[in-house]
Amino acid sequence: MSGPAILSAAAGVEALALGAGGPQGPKPRRALSRRNVFVYGTLLVVAVYYLLPLYVMVVTSLKGMPEIRLGNVFSPPVEITFEPWARAWSSACTGLNCDGLSRGFWNSVRITVPSVVLSIAIASVNGYALANWRFKGAEIFFAILIVGAFIPYQVMLYPIVIILREIGLYGTLTGLVLVHSVFGMPILTLLFRNYFASIPEELFKAARVDGAGFWGIYVHIMLPMSLPIFVVAVILQITGIWNDFLFGVVYTKPDLYPMTVQLNNIVNATMGVKEYNVNMAATLITGLVPLVVYFVSGKLFVRGIAAGAVKG
Amino acid sequence: MAQTAISVSVRDLSLSFGVVKVLKSLNLDVAEGEFVVLLGPSGCGKSTLLNCIAGLLDISEGRVFIKGRNVTWEEPANRGIGMVFQSYALYPQMSVERNLSFGLRVAGMPKDEIARRIARAAEILQIEPLLKRKPAALSGGQRQRVAIGRALVRDVDVFLFDEPLSNLDAKLRSELRVEIKLLHRRLKNTMIYVTHDQIEAMTLADRIAVMKGGVIQQFDAPQVIYNRPVNRFVAGFLGSPGMNFLEGRLEQAATGRRFAAEGVSIPLSTYDFETAPRPGPAAFGIRPEHVGLNSGAGWPFSASAAVEVVEPMGSDTLVWLKLAGQNFSVRVTSERAPRAGEMVTVGLDPLRASLFDDVGNRL
Repeated sequence: MSGPAILSAAAGVEALALGAGGPQGPKPRRALSRRNVFVYGTLLVVAVYYLLPLYVMVVTSLKGMPEIRLGNVFSPPVEITFEPWARAWSSACTGLNCDGLSRGFWNSVRITVPSVVLSIAIASVNGYALANWRFKGAEIFFAILIVGAFIPYQVMLYPIVIILREIGLYGTLTGLVLVHSVFGMPILTLLFRNYFASIPEELFKAARVDGAGFWGIYVHIMLPMSLPIFVVAVILQITGIWNDFLFGVVYTKPDLYPMTVQLNNIVNATMGVKEYNVNMAATLITGLVPLVVYFVSGKLFVRGIAAGAVKG
Repeated sequence: MAQTAISVSVRDLSLSFGVVKVLKSLNLDVAEGEFVVLLGPSGCGKSTLLNCIAGLLDISEGRVFIKGRNVTWEEPANRGIGMVFQSYALYPQMSVERNLSFGLRVAGMPKDEIARRIARAAEILQIEPLLKRKPAALSGGQRQRVAIGRALVRDVDVFLFDEPLSNLDAKLRSELRVEIKLLHRRLKNTMIYVTHDQIEAMTLADRIAVMKGGVIQQFDAPQVIYNRPVNRFVAGFLGSPGMNFLEGRLEQAATGRRFAAEGVSIPLSTYDFETAPRPGPAAFGIRPEHVGLNSGAGWPFSASAAVEVVEPMGSDTLVWLKLAGQNFSVRVTSERAPRAGEMVTVGLDPLRASLFDDVGNRL
């Protein structure tokens, strides 16, 4: 479109060049461009790569043993049966007993719930104190806490056994809850500190002028503003503690083993034939809790992570 | 201000963050019912001083008195102050009503008294229709009113404002500026107001404390600060467009003292000297509106120059030219504005000028 055309239009002459024809509105996009093929192709390959094992597990857990022996790992079940799931839950055998995963499930619940509540309660107050009440030595305290997050667990495994033994909590669920709470502290404190640091400082000052104290500000001002970060912390802790194997096997006794340890024992128990379908079902049941947590709160999780990441 | 009672008094106040001295042995007395503005560029310590008065920062040295009571170690809530912040700092999850009542509820005040005070504050600030809303549903101006209301309901002696209008757009800012002034006239509380905006400072203040580098440079009425700045920093900080400075020398001639710069010699017989200065390097400062342009004879000094640039600003026009080889601006009403390139006559009267020595102190 050239200058004279525009000029003549401006002069009131109806110019064809400005009227009909020519590009108009949004630019059309081809559905099957090279770019689209590449992007969606890559996504598809990656998705299949991740989902294939899950598919094999689900399919296998729904097959009977005769069908599994045929060796067609990827073929869907001819005859769907939920019997392996029932067995995995209530009657699969470990080396010691034959009451399935149910015992471990309830142990895990009794470990996870108090650990999550305790660790988040303490860490949120920690983070709040570190972010808003800059007491003497706060920086050093925080540095020590963060260093704690980088010490390998192996180093601390045995000393903690001794500590728990000395205070009489070795082999109990209380002891394990304590260990989980302590080990969640560095990362959770960091998470909460960063979140609270991103809340405008003037809000905190205004509350102080209004006469609110340490707990008043925490309960009335900070807590109601922190739902996203609490969701993040709950998800991190539930999945982390639920999936824990090491601490569970080290610090508890066989009848108090969490679900993950129970699962391992079921899968590794060698009594006659390996029941792949039961093992797959047991694994899926164990993974169900974190999976459900992610599905239910995925959106809040992303929002919370983003909110906490603003300030470091 | 000896005849009125002192409301807020700061004595030898110092504050250090590590090795950095932010406030250096400050003294400030604010009279009962006075509106004092702390003015300065960012980083001058004005907000820090306000936070020290509020008790939100622990001071390193010195004492703070409010209403004759030593509150140096008191919690902010027990100092009898209310504070309004730049970002409004409203509690986002509470309604306006609960925002206003939070401090009173913390203090355990009876419900009917809380309701009475909220009603009064809402009436004064005209925010009655907003009481049930959350802060997110308010405009910037409404939020700042609520923030002022939060200080109001506490029925305090001293109001502290920390750049309360800086987050608002220009139009709203000038509206709320007038409202704050009206509020002060109605309540007659002591108010200390921090800003970097010289217009706010000039329009609101009974007295302005100009700060720089943690030190109060000058503490006086706005007109005195504007017309008789104690040093070159204060002279340059106030006024928009800024004061003209001609670099030159102070000389002693047979007819009296003169200011001499490249090709210019200004007689200073009408200048009101603070001291009896000796000849030496000096700067001659004069505000653009105090310079005469083509305005006849009768000036102690006049010179002609060519107009270089003309900047229309609406009611006024700023005329730029060269005097003694240095940039020089003159403010005239727009009707009388010359065109660029024209030759004009500039008239100066040292009576309205400010002379500074080579370290910037007023002569």
